[in-house]
Amino acid sequence: MIENKNRKSAWIAFVIVLLFLALVIVLDQIIKPTDKMYMLLTVLQKGSVYALAAVSMNLLNGYTGLFSLGHAGFMLIGAYTYAIFTIPSTARDTVYQYYDAAIRISFPEIFSGALGGFGTVLGVALAVILAGLMAALLAYLIGLPVLRLKSDYLAIATLGFAEIIRAVFQWSKLGPVTNGSNLLKSFARTSTFKLNLGGSTVSLSTFVPVLIATISITVIVLIVNSTYGRAFKAIRDDEVAAEAMGINLAKHKMISFVTSSFFAGVAGATMAMVLSIAQANNFKSAMTYEILLMVVLGGIGSISGSVIGAMLFISASEWWLRGLDSGSFLGINAPGVFRNGFRLVVFSVAIMIVVLFFRKGIMGEKELPDLFRKRKKAPVKEAAE
Amino acid sequence: MSEERKQVLKVENVTMQFGGVVAVNDLNLEVNEGEIVAIIGPNGAGKTTAFNVITGVYAPTNGRVYFDGKCIVENFPHGKMKKLYKGENAGAYSHATEPTPDALTKMGMARTFQNIRLWKSMTVFDNVLIAKHLKRTSNLFSAAFRGNRKEEQAQREEVLKLLEIVGLTDVKDELATSLPYGKQRRLEIARALATQPKLLLLDEPAAGMNPQETQELTHFIGEIRDQFGVTILLIEHHMDLVMDISDRIYVLDFGKLIAQGVPAEIQSNEKVIDAYLGVVDDAENP
Repeated sequence: MIENKNRKSAWIAFVIVLLFLALVIVLDQIIKPTDKMYMLLTVLQKGSVYALAAVSMNLLNGYTGLFSLGHAGFMLIGAYTYAIFTIPSTARDTVYQYYDAAIRISFPEIFSGALGGFGTVLGVALAVILAGLMAALLAYLIGLPVLRLKSDYLAIATLGFAEIIRAVFQWSKLGPVTNGSNLLKSFARTSTFKLNLGGSTVSLSTFVPVLIATISITVIVLIVNSTYGRAFKAIRDDEVAAEAMGINLAKHKMISFVTSSFFAGVAGATMAMVLSIAQANNFKSAMTYEILLMVVLGGIGSISGSVIGAMLFISASEWWLRGLDSGSFLGINAPGVFRNGFRLVVFSVAIMIVVLFFRKGIMGEKELPDLFRKRKKAPVKEAAE
Repeated sequence: MSEERKQVLKVENVTMQFGGVVAVNDLNLEVNEGEIVAIIGPNGAGKTTAFNVITGVYAPTNGRVYFDGKCIVENFPHGKMKKLYKGENAGAYSHATEPTPDALTKMGMARTFQNIRLWKSMTVFDNVLIAKHLKRTSNLFSAAFRGNRKEEQAQREEVLKLLEIVGLTDVKDELATSLPYGKQRRLEIARALATQPKLLLLDEPAAGMNPQETQELTHFIGEIRDQFGVTILLIEHHMDLVMDISDRIYVLDFGKLIAQGVPAEIQSNEKVIDAYLGVVDDAENP
């Protein structure tokens, strides 16, 4: 009986997600870049990247209780891996203008040669997965020493490693691979993703990042609800009890760290895709703090909370509060006050209010479906009594 | 009667020293299959320390512990065990399992805690279900993509059955911490039983309980032994509980074993009475 109910709600969730994806495709066609509502698409693109990053951070910080601040580093690895392996050979020499490019492989080109249009898609998908794997591999190596630490010490160590990664990627000696401190560009990016259907083209520039985020978040939800997810929560709640009940702490912390970093890598790759550039300088620790903020805003230990937090954060910073920087906000025209940087002031105050008065974040530890479930359950219980 | 039974746990010459303090001094004890054995003693007698050595929390200064015929802890006066395991002498200790709590639980030794350690944010059902995690055969991928559906279903049914036996079925969807104290104890024992142990170690199961709750618990522990066929080693302060259910009792005082035997013997043992009630007149005793 319980099983049937779960299956039913899983189907409902699945249908809702499909409808949402369909809506995104439609919006992608209707809204033109010149429209005022184009901001909505930008928010969806960037928001889905950050949502994935926030959810993967939540898997580690919220579910396993490991306070790690190395997220930007793993996203950087993902972004660079993706960029390096999708730069077309024709553009390679202009991108690596000061260096002699060492890696001369482009996945989309290799596969499109053999399989045509489908090959390009496959190549991009493989590059995204490779981006995740590279981040996961590095997480494994960093995790060996670092996961012995706890709480604040772990946070400081991971933060340090993330900064080291950024510095190494900007190192001129590694220029042939990473292009030094110059940016990588011209690789496969979302604005060029299109589908040709009998003469008419369907733009996929918003659909692709949303799809990647949706698939990845679904996988994380599945992990969290599996026996491993329960073990992670047990470690978070009480390490001593978890160990006494036969959960190997070192192994499970590593699994959580590596999985979280894998999806951080995927998020980094998607970010490169959306921004159409990859530059180490963008992945500063400030980015980690932004993601952490989204997690806290949404509620630590709630996946839907992280998604909502990320979407709200991005909409506010990219769209709703834009007017604060450019002269007029909510019809008030005051160029003297609303100038560059004022947005951040308002934003910081808003965040302080949220953190002070909604300490558990928007969702606490609940998920979206819980909000509907609770109301239905109450009358049943009364009837039983 | 215990001669023919299989030995489950054997503690041999265990000494645990913290700097100058000898918490456990040359302890020897045996637990046979199907027995309920109690360790008693006044506060600070070293009961919990002995427990922590057996469960792998502390590495002893000296001595050996055998569990189920295997040597799980071994140490001699010439050095800290952990160093020996990992250092150049590793080969000499290869027959001993490195006693981390999770490895011991996998071997079949489950424990409860003196100050209840349930997973606070989870329901009663989940608390017991997580203890089944170590029995899983799935890896992260098969678990995430539900390749382990059958196993998961079987584990859920086992947990329901277990909750039924311990009488927590009606509260299975409630938060573990919302239960009354006595039921939290039961839940902790149920959680330990979910790992399907051979030996169940109970650390002061009746701590903080009123006489009625204690009586219920006494009954409950006896029931568990009969139903699950586990061997039980417990530490306790409540004399009535210990005397009622134990087959044998070990008495510790200042880290030393002062008496052992069946409850009737212990009750009339003078050393035990002295340790618990104090010696009548210190000056006149040599």
